[in-house]
Amino acid sequence: MYLILLLLAGIFVNNYVLSQFLGICPFLGVSKKVDTAAGMGVAVIFVIVLACAASWLVYNLILVPLQIEYLYNIAFILVIASLVQFVEMFLKKSAPALYQALGVFLPLITTNCAVLGVAVLNMQREYSFIESIFNGIGGAAGFALAIVLFAGIRERIADNDTPKAFDGYPMALVTAGLMSIAFLGFSGLIKL
Amino acid sequence: MANPIKIIKNGIIDENPTFVQVIGMCPTLAVTSSAINGIGMGLSTMAVLVFANLFVSLLRKAIPDTVRIPCFIVVIASFTTIVEFLLKAYLPALNASLGLYIPLIVVNCILLARAESFASKNGPVASIFDGIGMGLGFTIALTVIGLIREFIGAGTLFDMTVLPEAFPRTLLFVMAPGAFFTLACLMALLNYFKNKKNA
Repeated sequence: MYLILLLLAGIFVNNYVLSQFLGICPFLGVSKKVDTAAGMGVAVIFVIVLACAASWLVYNLILVPLQIEYLYNIAFILVIASLVQFVEMFLKKSAPALYQALGVFLPLITTNCAVLGVAVLNMQREYSFIESIFNGIGGAAGFALAIVLFAGIRERIADNDTPKAFDGYPMALVTAGLMSIAFLGFSGLIKL
Repeated sequence: MANPIKIIKNGIIDENPTFVQVIGMCPTLAVTSSAINGIGMGLSTMAVLVFANLFVSLLRKAIPDTVRIPCFIVVIASFTTIVEFLLKAYLPALNASLGLYIPLIVVNCILLARAESFASKNGPVASIFDGIGMGLGFTIALTVIGLIREFIGAGTLFDMTVLPEAFPRTLLFVMAPGAFFTLACLMALLNYFKNKKNA
């Protein structure tokens, strides 16, 4: 039950994009079309879950026993960067169709701050291995949900007249702000 | 070598990371609920940026081209860790309010972008000035957003109350949606003047 709450909290209440501002760059950058947004969402879920597991193992099995916890930032970013590279090579060999679909999004995920953010949060809150994974799935699913919804709205905005000064980024930001208000409605729903 | 003043002006105005390049959006939106936080985040990022640029520039001939990105990331991560320790020791209150976003300086696209597009191609002195310019551009943007949000949302400027108590506060502006709206309006304003100039 607790794990399900953790999952739901990650998706709705503490939505990484709309209430914690993690992963804004891909959120604004690759959300012009629903297909690409969905591709990015899937890629992020995939990498975040692996990154949560890997960073938990690195932190608790390597950094803590050696008492070099202060190097967590360097360790995590290297883990994530190599993980992304590894996933890329693995998919290229074993699942070329999926690799084609994810395309350029995979390497970009290294600098998606949601990935490092979730890893650091898991460490700071001292989650167990299972909790870390569920927190990761929740956060990543929240990101995917937000980016797909956002892309759907942007596709429609593109067909409408907006004030000239608001073309492009300003309009996207206003949209994101309105979505963020909608997600504020979930706040306080789940207390952990 | 290019003129230092020109490089700094380039970072603040022509290629302002926030308003022109639209990179490093996460901290820009997340920590600007007050002007002090904006300045703190801006200056921390600037410190990392200046030193990362300097080291990347010094090492640019030693780093093989194929593994340059991981090397840049390690340099950036080291300086981020140093800045995190310094903040924890000397400015614990600021560190607490910036929280998660200090370790996340590592994945701020501004740092990797400058390392890749400037520091790895230019000398150490020019790279330092580029770091200062970009850092100042970022700090100014964050401070302006922070000032606006703090004023509308809490009625204060730099933690000093300026609006009379009876004046209603729009709390929304210090919460998450306010960040999106403030940045949207600022960018639209810049677009408006740009369009006018070009017309």
